Amino acid sequence: MSDATPKKGPGLAVWLPLGLFAGFLALVIVGLYWPADREVSSAFIGKPLPAFDLPPASDDRPGLATAQFKEGGKPRLLNVFASWCVPCKVEAPQLAALAQQGVEIDGVAIRDRKEDVAGFLAQYGNPFKRIGKDDLSQVQLAIGSSGVPETFVVDGKGIIRYQHIGDIRQEDIPLILRKLAEAQ
Amino acid sequence: MGSTHSLRYTHLPRHSRGGGNPERRALRLRTWIPAFAGMTKVCLVTLVAALAALTLTAPLAAQDMLPPAPYAYKQLADPAQERKAQALMETLRCLKCQSQSIADSDAPMAGDMRHQVRTRIAAGEEPEAIRQWLIERYGDYVSYTPQVKPITWPLFAAPLLFLALAAFLLRGRFRRRKGA
Repeated sequence: MSDATPKKGPGLAVWLPLGLFAGFLALVIVGLYWPADREVSSAFIGKPLPAFDLPPASDDRPGLATAQFKEGGKPRLLNVFASWCVPCKVEAPQLAALAQQGVEIDGVAIRDRKEDVAGFLAQYGNPFKRIGKDDLSQVQLAIGSSGVPETFVVDGKGIIRYQHIGDIRQEDIPLILRKLAEAQ
Repeated sequence: MGSTHSLRYTHLPRHSRGGGNPERRALRLRTWIPAFAGMTKVCLVTLVAALAALTLTAPLAAQDMLPPAPYAYKQLADPAQERKAQALMETLRCLKCQSQSIADSDAPMAGDMRHQVRTRIAAGEEPEAIRQWLIERYGDYVSYTPQVKPITWPLFAAPLLFLALAAFLLRGRFRRRKGA
């Protein structure tokens, strides 16, 4: 029988459930106040742009192909956007400001109709040199982008150097310019 | 005439009903009606306000106007290939709606990912190669099936460790019972 051992007091073990509960509570609080980062950053930074050749998404800009990124020598921005994306409208003035400073920006329009892209560019400005039409999100998936807008810094050799997730705010412009300079 | 039972489950009676007890209950309920009506009104106003707010922010949830990708909702003609694709899609995370698999999600991006998976399977690519292609781009997060890697070894070792621990803790019991 287990009674053979001498009877002891409850000991420390009696606190174990309370301790477990406190630990669980702490876990919940940490999860509530410091929620996990839900942004999925591309694992493709430092790698060359995958091969693609997109038709134009706009009548007054050419389409976009990987080869064009390799001929330049100057780092460029690759902006993943869509006319149906609200933060893209918010970001438009910042892209315009960057373009005005001589930054070359190429666009990839995700799941967009030509007439919608035209309307979007007419209303919010057109900072793009080229705009590719990505109806099946193929380029988006190929570069590890998980939403719109996202902006990639691509160096002169066509290597992805930096990814900015979400709209570019006023305060992000210096960072973007620095990343472009680093990619020289 | 309504029974006691019906008084509870049908809407509140506005006129007296036959019987003793049920009638008293109806009376009591009637005094509550104004209070209920007041609360209902507050609830309705809140609901309408919430709906109005939702309508105002609707453009934030804007979606594209394009039809879904060809193989977003269309199965592959070959059942064996479709089975492979389905099994893979159930273990790939939708990046827009992160607690759903792309097989479960109606997000346009999940549709495009399903299209990508199905066309690649149809082209003869192995499911695990497609998973690796996505992991190369999005990291391990995109896969619901954990990969065996140095960082994931506790995941696979933990069950064995717990089994060993349980065996260690229970060994005394077995021995004692044998002795008894």
